[in-house]
Amino acid sequence: MQEKELLPHLFRTEYRKIISVLVRHFGFEQLTNAEDIASETFLIAAETWGLKGLPDNPVAWLYTVAKNKARDLLKRNQVFRQKVTVAIRPDEKIIPDTDIDLSDENIRDCQLQMMFAIADPVLSLESQIALILRILCGFGIEEIADAFLTSKETIHKRLTRAKEKLRTEKIKIRLPAAVEIPHRVNAVLTSLYLLFNEGYYSSSSNTVLRKDFCLEAMRLTLLLVENEQTSQPGVEALFALMCFHASRFDARTDENGEIIRYDEQDSALWNDELISRGHYYLNRSSRGGELSRYHMEAAIAYWHTIKNDGKEKWENILQLYNQLLCLQYSPVSALNRTYALSKIFGKQVAIDEAEKLGLTNNHLYHVLLGWLYTGLDDLKAREHLNLAYRLAKTDRERLLIQKDLKKLENLGI
Amino acid sequence: MNEFLLIFRRDYETPETQPSPEHLQNMMKDWQNWMGSIAARNKLVSSGNRLADEGKVVKPGALITNGPYVEIKEAIGGYILIRAESIDEAAEISKGCPILTIGGNVEVRTIIPMTL
Repeated sequence: MQEKELLPHLFRTEYRKIISVLVRHFGFEQLTNAEDIASETFLIAAETWGLKGLPDNPVAWLYTVAKNKARDLLKRNQVFRQKVTVAIRPDEKIIPDTDIDLSDENIRDCQLQMMFAIADPVLSLESQIALILRILCGFGIEEIADAFLTSKETIHKRLTRAKEKLRTEKIKIRLPAAVEIPHRVNAVLTSLYLLFNEGYYSSSSNTVLRKDFCLEAMRLTLLLVENEQTSQPGVEALFALMCFHASRFDARTDENGEIIRYDEQDSALWNDELISRGHYYLNRSSRGGELSRYHMEAAIAYWHTIKNDGKEKWENILQLYNQLLCLQYSPVSALNRTYALSKIFGKQVAIDEAEKLGLTNNHLYHVLLGWLYTGLDDLKAREHLNLAYRLAKTDRERLLIQKDLKKLENLGI
Repeated sequence: MNEFLLIFRRDYETPETQPSPEHLQNMMKDWQNWMGSIAARNKLVSSGNRLADEGKVVKPGALITNGPYVEIKEAIGGYILIRAESIDEAAEISKGCPILTIGGNVEVRTIIPMTL
């Protein structure tokens, strides 16, 4: 790796580890201090390495600096405690706890525990995701704002409020008791699922960043999968789902970062290795009787990796969407189910069903109807695409719809 | 939006009117598609339950008889709960129910809300 690329790379991989370990050690009330220590560590690295060249083991170098800074903080705290706290509460024992453990094992444990702490219901889902991105993945505030299509101030405020909440609610950084894990893990899965989707479906034009979000969500989910206590069938199903989706990374965007829809992708670009990893975890997830939404979504994603576009594939996808919708409604599932219907029963049947969905304010509804009407009633197709264009929320979406409109024109209407 | 109970009934007794195993196999898909179509409109409140053949009827005087099929041949095979603007809409939705293709029927009943 080039020297100038090394520091940003290390920032991405090491910043979050240092933070997790420090916050685990000091508690959420010291989160800001932990962030300061981690940031200063990288600042010192940038200066020192710039002047003196790279150390032999840059990671170890960073850890040593972070440990020393943490020790300084502890000393300051201890002086404070000895002089002030002891005066107020003389019984309180002071444990000179200076051992900051930056071993791989402890880093993994800290990140796991941190995941459960952040996925606490006292925080809104969007705060949880922002915190995960910041603390567990080490993304900058600007990057997070970019992905959420919002301002740095908004994200900054969101993070500050969330951190305040973690402090005031005295959220502990630890794994829940074994009996609580199956229940608590759901909250963690929800935020990891949303984090992945944020990357996969984000309207941000920064494609590299979007992919990073997905990879980070996968990394964190894998931590859950690989831990004996947290490896529930639902966790494995979610990981399988992510693998199947991620297998199409290279096929779903063109050289300009624009989305290529599923039916127009070059399936030779689908990643076989990720698909077979998805198989492995989907199989593993079928132990036990649990059938979560992640199981159904993973099974749907599995059928999407099948290249033979025949009836069997779409019959299975349709039945899975039926089941998923009976378990949990979402407009996107309703629209995708309608698409599957068209693949089996033809466009007219799908149009009849689509028009019952009551999603006339949803631009994707009109995109779907535009596609369904193309070839049957091109005027209507155009009407729906125009409506979709007006309802679309981002430039990216509008661009995609414009392409559809152009295709329709080329058909000669 | 109001909630409605859809009760599915058919004759499970008369041998001549029983659907063939192939027909039953195909019906499973029809049921899933019909339920999926209600759920896709966000109008499925509960997938309800399918009921087994076995049943008992308890009458005053500690009289217990086997099966609900003494006086009438029709029995309840299952039920679901849906959401609709009106009972007419609920009835319209019921028109797609696969039980109608094998001589059964759907009873549509308005649920009285517990909190007003």
